[in-house]
Amino acid sequence: MPSSPTTGLVHGLYAEGAPIRDTKAPTGPIDRRWNTRKFEASLVNPANRRKLSVIIVGTGLAGGAAAATLGEAGYQVKSFCYQDSPRRAHSIAAQGGINAAKNYKEDGDSVYRLFYDTVKGGDYRSRESNVYRLAEVSTNIIDQCVAQGVPFAREYGGLLDNRSFGGVQVSRTFYARGQTGQQLLIGAYQALERQVAAGTVEMFTRHEMLEIVVVDGKARGIIARDLVTGEIETHLADAVVLASGGYGNVFYLSTNAVGSNVTATWRAHRKGAHFANPCYTQIHPTCIPVAGEHQSKLTLMSESLRNDGRIWVPKNAADCEKDPRLIPEEDRDYYLERIYPSFGNLVPRDIASRQAKNVCDEGRGVGPKVGDFRRGVYLDFTDALKRMSADAVAEKYGNLLDMYQRITGENPYEVPMRIYPAVHYTMGGLWVDYDLQSTIPGLFVTGEANFSDHGANRLGASALMQGLADGYFVLPHTIRDYLAKGPFDKLDESHEAVAEARASVDARVQKLLTINGDRSVDSFHKELGSIMWEYCGMERSEEGLLKAIDLIRGLRDEFWRNVKVLGAGDTLNQSLEKAGRVADFLELSELMCIDALHRRESCGGHFRAESQTEDGEALRHDDEFAYVAAWEWGGQDGAPVLHKEDLVYEFVELKQRSYK
Amino acid sequence: MNFTLKIWRQAGSTTKGEMVTYPVADISEDMSFLEMLDVLNEQLNARGEEPIAFDSDCREGICGMCGLMISGKAHGPEVTTTCQLHMRSFSDGDEITVEPWRADAFPVIKDLVVDRSSLDRIIQAGGFISANTGSAPEAHSVPVPKAKADRSFMAAACIGCGACVAACPNASGMLFMGAKITHLGELPQGQPERDARVVSMVNQHDDEGFGGCTNIGECSSACPKEIPLDVINQLNRDLRGALMRGE
Amino acid sequence: MKMLMAVSGALFVFYVLVHMYGNLKIFAGVEAFNEYAEHLRTLFTPFLPDGGFLWLFRVVLIAALVVHAWAAFYLWSRARGARTTRYVAKAAARATLKSTMMRWGGVAILLFLVWHLLQFTIVKFNVGSLQAEGNPGLLVISTFQVWWVVLLYLLALVALGLHLYHGVWSATQTLGWAGSAAARRRAKTLGLIIALVTSVGFALPPLAILFGLVKGI
Repeated sequence: MPSSPTTGLVHGLYAEGAPIRDTKAPTGPIDRRWNTRKFEASLVNPANRRKLSVIIVGTGLAGGAAAATLGEAGYQVKSFCYQDSPRRAHSIAAQGGINAAKNYKEDGDSVYRLFYDTVKGGDYRSRESNVYRLAEVSTNIIDQCVAQGVPFAREYGGLLDNRSFGGVQVSRTFYARGQTGQQLLIGAYQALERQVAAGTVEMFTRHEMLEIVVVDGKARGIIARDLVTGEIETHLADAVVLASGGYGNVFYLSTNAVGSNVTATWRAHRKGAHFANPCYTQIHPTCIPVAGEHQSKLTLMSESLRNDGRIWVPKNAADCEKDPRLIPEEDRDYYLERIYPSFGNLVPRDIASRQAKNVCDEGRGVGPKVGDFRRGVYLDFTDALKRMSADAVAEKYGNLLDMYQRITGENPYEVPMRIYPAVHYTMGGLWVDYDLQSTIPGLFVTGEANFSDHGANRLGASALMQGLADGYFVLPHTIRDYLAKGPFDKLDESHEAVAEARASVDARVQKLLTINGDRSVDSFHKELGSIMWEYCGMERSEEGLLKAIDLIRGLRDEFWRNVKVLGAGDTLNQSLEKAGRVADFLELSELMCIDALHRRESCGGHFRAESQTEDGEALRHDDEFAYVAAWEWGGQDGAPVLHKEDLVYEFVELKQRSYK
Repeated sequence: MNFTLKIWRQAGSTTKGEMVTYPVADISEDMSFLEMLDVLNEQLNARGEEPIAFDSDCREGICGMCGLMISGKAHGPEVTTTCQLHMRSFSDGDEITVEPWRADAFPVIKDLVVDRSSLDRIIQAGGFISANTGSAPEAHSVPVPKAKADRSFMAAACIGCGACVAACPNASGMLFMGAKITHLGELPQGQPERDARVVSMVNQHDDEGFGGCTNIGECSSACPKEIPLDVINQLNRDLRGALMRGE
Repeated sequence: MKMLMAVSGALFVFYVLVHMYGNLKIFAGVEAFNEYAEHLRTLFTPFLPDGGFLWLFRVVLIAALVVHAWAAFYLWSRARGARTTRYVAKAAARATLKSTMMRWGGVAILLFLVWHLLQFTIVKFNVGSLQAEGNPGLLVISTFQVWWVVLLYLLALVALGLHLYHGVWSATQTLGWAGSAAARRRAKTLGLIIALVTSVGFALPPLAILFGLVKGI
């Protein structure tokens, strides 16, 4: 039941409730907080662990690592993924690397500096305690991964290599060519499979969680659909962990896997877990542009390309259709170098993205027209090829340039590449306390699925760090404090709350299969995506967001009247799977717009047109908005309730960033 | 572009399947193969026919979930995954056959979707290094020669898609298994379990019903990550050593 | 299983090389050939009885043959069992005649072997026109003056060559001796050399006899 709001409706859209507070983070010197918490968290006797069961949804870095670690510790773990193998989770696609404060380069790095950079990079919208802990355990991650056999890049002396990443001034990024995510995930996957063989983890592949079971206010299990047989299954446990990733696919086109979805976290939200900062979305500037209406996903290319490539568009819109090689130097607008003379092409992700959108909105975009605009800018290696040799360029960027050529059919050694921003990561997620526990006791949330560590913007090479920190080193300690109170009362599948959750899933599946309207699930998803991209994408305004909310409501209404899902429920049915996911995106998207609307400031990945400096830069309002917006579900027809968690900065001084 | 597709349709694991012909028109050469199937599925949906089931997830060539036998070649005519295969690799008017991976260790679930959990069970049999969380020594305490680290990485690039099995005339999983043996066997951390790993994985592989390797080389040619036959040699070498040492 | 295949195969490689050396003796004349045949029979006497070494050799070869064929059959039946539903369309990326014909080539060689043994070892029937009773050298010459026998042998040799070419490289891989691209190339080259040497070496005597370069009398 929603708590009673303390205000009336704002904009007619949401109400404000009582503030919320993280009660688990210890106080005192920041470098001792995590140790204090680990010490204060209750222990579970090894003999009792096998009586305690945990369900983990998702097998990416956060979920796979947690399942393996809890299995090793001796708990009974049930692990779920919708893919055919836990090794396919989308963590696998991360390219660049993983940060860790090892200071192997002796270049002045430290846990404190990684903490500081992350808070600053998050545009001062994350919690100091959480971020410090993240930086602190980052070093353990590298040790753990090396011991598991992750083949990181090494120097000739046999020691680990590091590079600097994302404009950071120290070299703290560990990498395995352009496949760091893959290698880390395979490490976690192998650790997980080892536990499956040992019998501590039971693996459920091709299973999708469709509802959470809450009994007496505690998370006690999930309702999942076996995607092969269509059977709706009930799984009960003493605690539930959601590690189900981000919700970037609400935009339809994103760099996420096509199956990535918000269903697990959204279902938990509807059952009482607060959703924090849903509007914080990261848009990555160097993706391959959309080629046509058929496009199913966008592909990211490492932003290291901006180190040597120059970004430009024609000065005159009339030149946009020309062969770029025929456009003379004086007719090219190297707009990032023009606007930001000191940082040039290396400005942060959000600035590079927004400026690309601006020049395309002016009609100076290049490449094929999709809708009314050309959505692309040139990333030109001509100068780099003159300065370095073609071999040197190939050595440094060969795999990226090859990937570009494979996808577009154009040779980037001859013709400038075309790039455009794409949705890449969502900083928002379920609200959790320092223990990674949501507002539903017994429901823990890790990795991209929670909101905790990146504030309003995530730094490069930090997603892998957070996923593994949560999975290997944080959750296993904090969840034991909760499990120490168990085992909880034995639950039966016939319990009223369990049966009700299951019945609601059955009913929803039946509903989707029987609407039998005219439009395919994909057509709804595409339309939702274009609404979100247009009004809740790189630049948001009050007018646009209000319009988007209207459009979304209309679309959601139509969806439940007019969607067409063929096939049956008792078999593999990919349309049905998609329909359930899109239905949840249609609800989440509205909350994203409301959150974006209420945050009348620009910060990190959230840019409000109304809040910018004279030069068009993001303008934060720390006096008004230095808080986490935790949204409570207001019921099917009710309005969401906003709970603010004030962010207190004891160690880092708040500054407005400048890249001029 | 226009194509005639001949696609394997099979309603379930126990039902009989058949090839069904579908013409598709106005396909852009920039579409990926899977996007072309998306277009076909939208058309089928509009006509009231059930869309074709096929697996895919990341659609950027790394998760290993997609995999189709396209005109007799695993992942089609290019050295890449099905999701990264684009229609410009075909000629207008081509007739293209699309089948699922065929191996008894990969039973068909529906249409083009197969069950590859046998590969997971091979990993469960020993494709890991036993290092409990938190027990790891400082990362720099054991240097790894760069050449070994690089070779390990080369083998670790395997995405577990199963194209090697699909392409092998014997339906053998040796390239997949050899890649894991080489990935872990090249590293000092992988040594303690090296003998037990290879014996246990090979036994599991045989129990799963994969065929034996007769060194034909189709696997490596079909591999989207270009894993070389060296890894099978490495597996054989490790297996011989392990058996001689009485593992 | 594959290791048994490789090891038994390696024995045969060794054997065919020795056998070929013996055959080439025909160029030194019927006498030399007969001496060689007799020598084989009396090798290591008196430590072994007359014909003892030959029999020992035969036993080893027969054992290797049984193992090789049994392993081949086992692998073949496993491969069949591993894909009970066939592809409607299947294109080879690099499989070649030599690798795909291992099984049928092997069967062909086996059939040829039966014929060959009947002809020269067990029954010693003579399809030619020379009187060769009790004279192995003459029997050989008499036989290969018949064109279709030579053709049959040449076909068998092609099969043997292909079988050896793939077999030698395959055995090095199975025994784990081809661990890099360079080693793999070397193994393949070795296979090619052995295959060529053997098939050419075996082909010379029959051809020479057919074209009258070696005459019995």
